[in-house]
Amino acid sequence: MADFCMPSLGADMESGTLVEWLVEPGTLIRNGDVIATVETQKGLFEIEAFEDGILGEPLVQEGEEVPVGTVLAVIDAGKGAEAQTTKPVAAQAEATEERPPSEVFQERILASPAARRRAVELGVDLNAILGTGPDNVIQINDVEQAAKQRGVTKDKDETSVQPSSVDADAGMRKAIAAAMSVSNREIPHYYLESDMDMTTPLEWLEAENARKSIRERILPAALLLKAVALALRDVPQLNGYWVNDQLQMQSGIHIGFALALRSGGLLTPALHDVDTKPLAELMQTVGDVIERARNGRLRGSEMTDATVTVTNLGDRGVKTVLGVIYPPQVALIGFGRIAERPVVDQGKVVVRRCLTATLAGDHRATDGHTGALFLDALNRHLQKPEAL
Amino acid sequence: MTEQELQAIIFASLKKVAPESIPEDLDPDENFREELDIDSYTFLQMLVHIGEQTGVEVPEIDYGRVSTLSGMQGYLTARLSSPDSGKL
Repeated sequence: MADFCMPSLGADMESGTLVEWLVEPGTLIRNGDVIATVETQKGLFEIEAFEDGILGEPLVQEGEEVPVGTVLAVIDAGKGAEAQTTKPVAAQAEATEERPPSEVFQERILASPAARRRAVELGVDLNAILGTGPDNVIQINDVEQAAKQRGVTKDKDETSVQPSSVDADAGMRKAIAAAMSVSNREIPHYYLESDMDMTTPLEWLEAENARKSIRERILPAALLLKAVALALRDVPQLNGYWVNDQLQMQSGIHIGFALALRSGGLLTPALHDVDTKPLAELMQTVGDVIERARNGRLRGSEMTDATVTVTNLGDRGVKTVLGVIYPPQVALIGFGRIAERPVVDQGKVVVRRCLTATLAGDHRATDGHTGALFLDALNRHLQKPEAL
Repeated sequence: MTEQELQAIIFASLKKVAPESIPEDLDPDENFREELDIDSYTFLQMLVHIGEQTGVEVPEIDYGRVSTLSGMQGYLTARLSSPDSGKL
């Protein structure tokens, strides 16, 4: 038996509203399955189970706001095998045909959870779709494409509860204010900056992209994220948390990716295990996370487990970003705009495409020397783009 | 494809990635990415959408030619009338 609780999606969260149960009581769920959506000051999030087992009756009803830690339901790990499965709530509301849920959730159809739900929402049969993700995993856009070809259109927000935008903006502002105030009060920041010549990596990337279809095109941001992840492997002291007056380095490199929302505000969803992802897969992950952030479909875990943050303000023409660390993390890497600049190379002035990278470090956890090693490693990885 | 149909596709693609925008009100010679604060990811999604509707994939090397609405219209018209023009 395990309790499925209202999670804390950030140090500043005190309570959350259970918006929707996505799985019916009695369903066999697995560790990592999305089983409910929760609304906080920062928006709507998908909440995952951390146990295998049978989901019990809901102890908190849809629409109820409860404090962090409140038990939402009990997961019974005991009788997993003989469980009878029922279909998810979303399917009940929208599926156009009866379909045994075992077919959707237990056969080895490789599909992202978001794609599975979208398929249920749109009444699309996953068996009939060829996935375009890594290992042919069916992704949400594959489902939408299939639905479009079939001429099915349905408003995806029909059943979800959206907060009024004024409340959401005010709430998000408050959440950002709380986290950043703690940061500036408690973290003694040090800042380093380093100019990087992006000509070689960009030429490599442009040649790669010229061979790809437009859907597979990789943005420079993916190169930067991957290079950061590899440099963090070299200098792991910057990848972790400052807790109980000591540095706790983390083995997984989960990069919080600062994302401005078109409606205003900022989210920093985590990209998981960036150091292990090939560039093409990383680019797809970035796209997936951006789309879900904008549609209010991020996972709870994506809001809490970033080990470091990257902010890229290059699109807005900024040259240098001196960032504020997101506690309890100990570093933030900032990228400005890639622009042509005069560079002296072997006594001659040449025009190169350059970028200013910055590091904001927590001086309690590391010293400037460590930060300098990191920026140096970052540049080395960027200059070998074929190895990214 | 008529000029109006092409314009409708461009406007629809812009609305798709920047729902709050009113393409009809934009200066066609203004850089709409700057005007509407469209980042590189969002711009790529717009080009993907245009590609699906017109069959024209804008290569990165031509991004400078499609940063205004009039530039986009002219570029796509040229590519559609002569499929090889504008390619690498």
